[in-house]
Order: sequence, then structure tokens, then C-alpha cells
Amino acid sequence: MNELLKNLTEAVGVSSNEKEVRLLIRDLIANYVDEWHVDALGNLLALKKGTGASPLRVLVDAHMDEVGLMITDIDSNGTLKFEGVGGFNDRTLLGKVVQVGPKKITGVIGARPVHLLEANQRNSVVKIDAMRIDIGAKNKDAASGKVKVGEFAAFVTEYEELGVTAVGKAFDDRAGCAALVELLRARPYPFDLYASFSVQEEVGLRGAEVAAYGINPDVALVLECTPAYDLPNENDVSSNVALGKGPSIYVMDRVTIQDPRLVGHITRTAVANGIPFQIRQPGGGGTNTAVIQRTRGGIPAATIAVPGRHAHTPTMIINLEDYANVIKLAEATLRSLTPDVIKRN
Amino acid sequence: MNELIKKLVEAYGPSGFEDGMRDLIRPEIEAYADEISVDALGNLIAVKKGSGGGLKVMIAAHMDEIGVMVTHITQDGFLRFTNIGGVLPHNLMGSRVQFANGVIGVISSDRLEDRSKIHPLTKFFIDVGASSPDDCPVGVGDAAGFIRPFLAQGKRLTAKAMDDRIGCVVAIETLKRLKTTPHDVYFAFTVQEEVGVRGAMTAANHLDPDVGIALDVTLTGDVPEARPMAISLGQGAAIKVKDSGMIAHAGLVRLMKQRAEAAQISYQLEVLDGGSTDARSMQIANGGTAAGCISIPCRYVHSQSETVDADDVESCIKLLVEILANPINL
Ligand SMILES: [Zn+2]
Ligand SMILES: [Zn+2]
Repeated sequence: MNELLKNLTEAVGVSSNEKEVRLLIRDLIANYVDEWHVDALGNLLALKKGTGASPLRVLVDAHMDEVGLMITDIDSNGTLKFEGVGGFNDRTLLGKVVQVGPKKITGVIGARPVHLLEANQRNSVVKIDAMRIDIGAKNKDAASGKVKVGEFAAFVTEYEELGVTAVGKAFDDRAGCAALVELLRARPYPFDLYASFSVQEEVGLRGAEVAAYGINPDVALVLECTPAYDLPNENDVSSNVALGKGPSIYVMDRVTIQDPRLVGHITRTAVANGIPFQIRQPGGGGTNTAVIQRTRGGIPAATIAVPGRHAHTPTMIINLEDYANVIKLAEATLRSLTPDVIKRN
Repeated sequence: MNELIKKLVEAYGPSGFEDGMRDLIRPEIEAYADEISVDALGNLIAVKKGSGGGLKVMIAAHMDEIGVMVTHITQDGFLRFTNIGGVLPHNLMGSRVQFANGVIGVISSDRLEDRSKIHPLTKFFIDVGASSPDDCPVGVGDAAGFIRPFLAQGKRLTAKAMDDRIGCVVAIETLKRLKTTPHDVYFAFTVQEEVGVRGAMTAANHLDPDVGIALDVTLTGDVPEARPMAISLGQGAAIKVKDSGMIAHAGLVRLMKQRAEAAQISYQLEVLDGGSTDARSMQIANGGTAAGCISIPCRYVHSQSETVDADDVESCIKLLVEILANPINL
């Protein structure tokens, strides 16, 4: 059992409410870094000093936050109205168990049972504003004693390993956080390595923007968990990435064109080290690379991601070999990163 | 000048992949710039030092062009692709694109059931002559630019990527003709404009200019059934007042008009409904920049036959030289 992944994914940290995750990571890395601090937005920033061989300052980022819900109102019958924090497909929410507020009160996202549905209702999607969280309170007063409006709710999914795959919540992006913890625990790099465990990615890449501004590195690498959509498909189309085919390397998404020199360096590193990799299908999505790349005078940046099925639902699945290979590839990429890689004529 | 235009418009340089453009532009400006550098995102920046007492002025023209990127190779060796920048499906049928490695492909689409409708981009494909993923000479993640020869017919100049290589030409010619200036002028040949004015953003953050002027194409209202717009080919340089991303600095607009009138350069005022330019990035960089834009009127923008008028190009160059050669009082 990978304790690091278990602890990180089971911790709760909906965007802007990442403290539990931050404290956990702080304790995991404190002995392996030279300095750490928490910035104004809540990003956990750490410095692992290099051997002095290279003048570069390199940032590696992974976001601590996960998608979740926020309680917006309490109905007279004691059920809780809520809104999504981060992107959701409404149909993935019904019937799921959540933990509400700092006391982690158990609730269930209520649905009208199939027996009571009209024929036309069976074919339509229930909208999020028609759903309620049921915490077993008998009326508004009883519910108000347990939960306050503005508190967050997170999914409840116990980490589990099924052979080479792992099931859990929030692999997006605790898998990236875990990988970054492992990178910090390794021996020193030729350069000073700055780690940012960033906040509020899921609501618009907000934490990484200020983290990158504060650190102002020469190069940045983002570790993510990217949606795999690789279930059987009749048409001749590719999955964006597939589980078990190795770390996925971004080239272009909706908001970023990754630095081609870094993409080249990463793919060459993978080939040289016999690490499998896949090019993530260009198109949608976006990562912290977008804001890091465009900070200050510009920062060459690229993304390596663990493929994860069922992203932004209560239960994700990753392949543990992909995860291990992301760590291997990220470490090899960093150790062979020289100023020449990003030099321009 | 047509030779320079031809060289730039026919070159490969989709957003994010502008290395070749930089290599083409650098030798054109080397003899005229005091310093040349390339920044972290790939913007090429040429400095012309002022004689003193002037401002720090940034001129931005983007090197990148719209293009496509491969997303999937079918079992039969056809390439599905996504857009880089504002690629319009109705301009795609029969187009040719070229990849960085020289491979050329032809674009077509799945069978059209209803000819009155246009397929979305996902139903188009590129044929590079491959018959399977194994013998396909390009891969997922490879970028391609459109190809089409430059055409000069009288005053009318037609090409793909006139947006914004013609702006680059205006910048290059201005640098060549600008004998003396009180200002420190930073000519930035920017990257990644077509995907969201990204290059100009970091360049402006870094340079922190007092004044920023973008050089880019703008739409016209002078073709049949056009959306009403008071810009016509051949009527002069377009001084941007507003577009959907920026309201130009009023003092800068006033100064541009004054300089044009004083030097008898024909100009028109531009209000653009859709789209924006590098001026937007410059305007909101750091603590803010007095920003404006001199636009080259252009028909059929984001098609492979973008058309400008040689007299308008000349007016834009003259206007920019007039602005830079004299004091700028805002
Ligand atoms: Zn993520
Ligand atoms: Zn343009």
C-alpha cells in the first residue's frame, strides 16, 4: 500500500480550504528541504538547495486543492443546498457520500429514487441547484447546529489498491503532490529546486500565479493528473491519454502551448532512460503552466501528468506504474536540465 | 519591399513555433538595431537607442500565425487535428498545410450529409499520403501552418499570414527608416498572439515601457454584405480607437491623428467589434502602459488569402516613423 498516496488523497482540501493538506505535506517534506514558508494565498513554498553545480532556479509545482462543494443555504427540512467549487458534470454527483465542514459530518447527495420518477425525468439530468445534501437533520435548526453556510463539502473515498491500479478521490492533483514530495526527498539537484504546493488551481489557476511571481524561477515543471478517457470506443479516435501507457506529456491545451524546448528535453530524457510516455492529445484542458509561463518576463514551462480516469468525480483510478514513471521521468528530467536546454541564440 | 513581404508571409510559424520566423527577421534588422535579444518565451526584441529626453516605447508586431496541430492518426493514416488560434472551418476545404519537417498535407472533411452546413473542426482531416499510423511521417502534437504563395496584383497584396507578418514588415521598415529618435524604441516581434496575446504580455512585463504601439491587421467593411465597419482597403493607416479587448489611450490616438495630418498621411479611425491585439497586453502590463495600435486594413482575415493594400502599408510605416521621430507628449 502506498501510504503517501493514501494519506494525501484521503485528506480534504477543497479549493481555498487546503490547510489540512498543507499541514500534511509540510510534515512530509520538512526534513528534506532547507526552507519552507506559506505565502499570502496559502501556497506551501519550499526550497531544496542544490549542489551549486548549476546557476538555474527551477520551480516544480503541484496543486493541493481538489474539486468539491460549498454549502450555500439550508432548507427548512434540514437539507443543504450547495454549489460546485471547480468544474463538475452534474450527473456525477447524485447519490454520492460527502463530508461536510470542519467536523466532517457525513452527508448524502440526495436523489429522487427511480421508482418515483416520471418517464421524462428518467432521461434528463438533475441540475446541481435541484440537489440537496442530506445530513440526517430533521429541520433547519438541527442542521444549522452542525453546518454553517459557506462551509465546504468533499467526497469520501477510501484509497484502495487493485493490483497495479489505485482507486481514490483527488488524485487530481494529490498524485502530483505525492510525486513532488518524492522529488524533494531525493538527493540534492545540481540547482536550487523550489517546490510550490499551490492552492486554488481548480477555480482558475490562482495560487500558482502568485507562487511563480514570488519565486521568479528560470524554468518550471508542473506535475498534474490529467483526465484519461480511454474506455472502449467504436470510432477511430484516440483517447486523450490512456492508463498504463506512461507519463503523459503536454504539448498544447486550451490555454497553453508548452515550451517546445522543454517538451523536447522531456521526451528525449524518457527515451534515454527507457521510460514509456505518451503525448497528451492536444486540445482542451489547462494546467498551472498557463499562469506560470506568463508570469513576469515569461518562464519556460512544461507539464508532466499521471493519467487518471474519471477526473472531477468522487472516484478516480490511476495506474501505479504510470505514477512511478512520472516520478522517474520528472527526476531524470530535472537532473539532466542544464541552462543549454533553454538557451536561445 | 514585396520581396521582404513574400519572404515573411510564406514562412512557417504557427503560434508557439516561431523559431524560424525569428531566424528570418533577425538578419533584416541586425544592421539597424543597437541591441537584439530573445526573451524567455521567444519574443525577438530589437532596441534602437534614443538621442535622449524621450520615452521608452515598445512596438509590437506578432510573428506567429494561425495553424493546426495533430490530435490523432486514424488506422488509415489520416490526421485529425485541432486549431492553433482562430481557424475557421469554412476556410479549410482543399487547404494545404506544411509541418516543421517539410511534410505537406491536404485538408478535407468527412462526407457532408447536408451541404448547407459546415462540419465542426473535429470532422476535418489532413491527408499526408500515409496509409497507416506506422508510415505516417508526422505524429500527435506536431504543428502545421497553411501554405499559399504570395500574390502581388497591382497595389493589392494577398497571402496567408499577412496577419501579422505585414505588421512585422511595418516594424522592420520603420526601424530601417528611423534615422534619429529621442525615444528608446523596443521593437518586439512577438510570439503567441493568435492564442491570446501571450508573448506581448511577458515582453511588456519585462520591458515596462511608457508607451506601447501594436502593429496588426484589422478587418474591413468594404466587401459585399460586410458587417458595417468604417475601414476600407486603400484609405490609409487605421488608427485604432477601440476593439473588443482594449480602448486605446485617448492621448495616443490624438497624437497619431495629429502626426498623420501634419505629414499628410492618409488615415482612418478604427473601431473593431471583435478581436484584439498585442496592445491589450501592453496596456495592462505591470502598472499600465499608454497603449494604442496602428492597424493595416486587411480583407479575409484568417483565411489563406488575407489581402492588404500596398499604399496602406506605406501609410502605416510613414505614420509610425513620424510618431517615433518626434517628441511624444501625452
Ligand atoms: Zn489538476
Ligand atoms: Zn494578428
